[in-house]
Amino acid sequence: MGASSSTESNLMASLQRNLSKIVVAPSFAASLFFVYGFIIWTAWMAFSKSRMMPVYDWAGLRQYERLWQMERWHVAIENLLIFGGLFIVICLFLGCLLAVLLDQRIRAEGVLRTVFLYPMALSFIVTGTVWKWILNPGLGLEKMMHDLGWATFKFDWLVNSDFAIYTVVIAAVWQASGFIMAMFLAALRGVDQDIIRAAYMDGASLPRIYFGIIIPSIRPVFLSAIVVLAHLAVKSFDLVIALTGGGPGYSSDLPATFMYTMAFQRNQLGISAASAMMMLATVMAIIVPYLYSELRGGKKNG
Amino acid sequence: MKLSKSILAAGVGIAALASASLAHAEPTAEVLHWWTSGGEAKAVAALKKDFEEHGGKWQDSPVAGGAGDAAMTVLRSRVLSGDAPSAVQLKGPAIQEWAEQGALANLNDVAKKEKWDEVIPQRIQEIMKYKGDYVAVPVNIHRVNWIWSNPELLAKVGATEGPKTWAEFNTLADKLKAAGITPLAHGGQPWQDATIFETVVLGMGGPEFFQKALIDLDEDALKSDTMKNVFDEMRKIRGYVDPDFPGRDWNLATAMVMNGKAAMQIMGDWAKGEFLAAGKVPGKDFLCSATPADNGNGFLFNTDSFAMFKVDGEDKIEGQKLLAELIVGKKFQKTFNLLKGSIPARTGVSLDDFDDCAKKSAADMAADEKTGGFLPSMAHGMALPGHLSGAIVDVVTAHFNSDMTSDEAMNRLVEAIELAKD
Repeated sequence: MGASSSTESNLMASLQRNLSKIVVAPSFAASLFFVYGFIIWTAWMAFSKSRMMPVYDWAGLRQYERLWQMERWHVAIENLLIFGGLFIVICLFLGCLLAVLLDQRIRAEGVLRTVFLYPMALSFIVTGTVWKWILNPGLGLEKMMHDLGWATFKFDWLVNSDFAIYTVVIAAVWQASGFIMAMFLAALRGVDQDIIRAAYMDGASLPRIYFGIIIPSIRPVFLSAIVVLAHLAVKSFDLVIALTGGGPGYSSDLPATFMYTMAFQRNQLGISAASAMMMLATVMAIIVPYLYSELRGGKKNG
Repeated sequence: MKLSKSILAAGVGIAALASASLAHAEPTAEVLHWWTSGGEAKAVAALKKDFEEHGGKWQDSPVAGGAGDAAMTVLRSRVLSGDAPSAVQLKGPAIQEWAEQGALANLNDVAKKEKWDEVIPQRIQEIMKYKGDYVAVPVNIHRVNWIWSNPELLAKVGATEGPKTWAEFNTLADKLKAAGITPLAHGGQPWQDATIFETVVLGMGGPEFFQKALIDLDEDALKSDTMKNVFDEMRKIRGYVDPDFPGRDWNLATAMVMNGKAAMQIMGDWAKGEFLAAGKVPGKDFLCSATPADNGNGFLFNTDSFAMFKVDGEDKIEGQKLLAELIVGKKFQKTFNLLKGSIPARTGVSLDDFDDCAKKSAADMAADEKTGGFLPSMAHGMALPGHLSGAIVDVVTAHFNSDMTSDEAMNRLVEAIELAKD
């Protein structure tokens, strides 16, 4: 009896010691297999001759060569640069501006904050569809202006192959800038009020306080916001599908829609895997320096 | 009491097992398809009913979404895991690609019994066979190169029927435009751009040129003067559509013709379904005519089919054979095609109940088959495997939606095809 109770307590003790590891293990194993396992598998596919079905014949860098010779891939990459660049910059600017304005202890802050944040609660498919209707010249804004009597009003970006990608920027900014605002607002509220009061005492003007003290002190939030926005931009897929369908032609294709087309419509698994690896490389180029600085920074602080 | 209940339960269980093993002998077929809405869903239900009346057990596996992309993804994973469905909605060269993987079953005994070689058009047989063996069965023939027009609008510029040549088409379109009518209803999606492109290739170059350029991918044909004219015509057509065309679905473009907002649409005969569903009468409320032909008549077909995958078990093999027999059978071909708006993919089916456009389609098909004008559609994945037709569609849609010159388009066409080939 005594022996069994001591093994039981031993068991309990070791269970208690390892409980956290045991609980984490399944999700660790799952992410090891489903995330990293499939990344390796995709990398392998990109070196194979796969077309309709995965095959494992070595093709070297041929799929990457073919990828970079495709006009459509160049369009997709160029669009990613335009879309990603504008999306990040405009979101940061608007988000920061809105946060600063809301930070002025205004009366309806709660309501306004909710209004700006709500777009984030929508799925990109909904955003895309709504903006498709708004921006369609024969249906939305342009028609409304014409009906109101402004006959020369013209806003046909959605159907213009040179400008279609900018409509994606508009919709994406509308959706994400509220979220960025919330991030900044939280950071602004976290700034030490004593420093600000001290600056007031010294007679600093409000813009000077913002530019000189507050914004520099919330610099880490900029970095987090950029990382969040950048990966949203790279993996952007549903918004383009709903808004422009990649068109007119393929003028608003992004790498993610390119990859989908190659894998699921063209039976070009090899090229599609190569493009997926290029996307991964892009995300890594953003995330790795960030993680590096974060981890190093953490050590310094600790 | 408790005991007797469990005995009863066991008895029921054994009975269920027994009936399951009895049912084992009944022909079974699992059918993977993406016909989940409208006339197509009704058409599949008709096949199911027919199959069950012949003692079969039908397992429905509908996978909606992405015009079959989702179903193809399911199919890939099912085949990779060794659990293929009996019959899968597949078309064109995709059948050959699956046959090359050794995944398709041989249907030669059914074919022989049912004399498929005699009743199915030659060109369609070629698509259904892999190395001389039947591996798939056709369900319908859609004609792609139609012009649907609104007679009232045509009458406003003094026309009574669709144009016969591309020159006539241009004159008519210019007149319509001058009268303030949108000449062509079009939806700017890559496959719709490609649909117009291939009808222009067929019309300006003739069937022989179509074969060389879009089936054999002959470089001389792709870089010929005729091809340059084709791209020039595409540029003209770009001027005949309304400014809001990008991204529009085909059925909305059809509605434009129906509602008198545009005069014509170039689209396959699934567009007819939209007119008929709205209670319009062919010949009175709308006209169907073949797309202009400068160089001999042609008929571009788009055929849906079911490929039969290798399955294990007597019941499944029997089910597959029964299904194949019924699909090519006269009864199903008639019911299905009446519902779908296409024409039967075999001879010997009475066309009495079909509408005038379908009758014209069948008559043209018979005539064009003799002259070599009965050709598979490129835009609808009948003529070329996905990677090659995709490369062509990319160039066509890029040219149509930009100010690319015809010469550049031809160069890109050849480059894109080369790149997709290796």
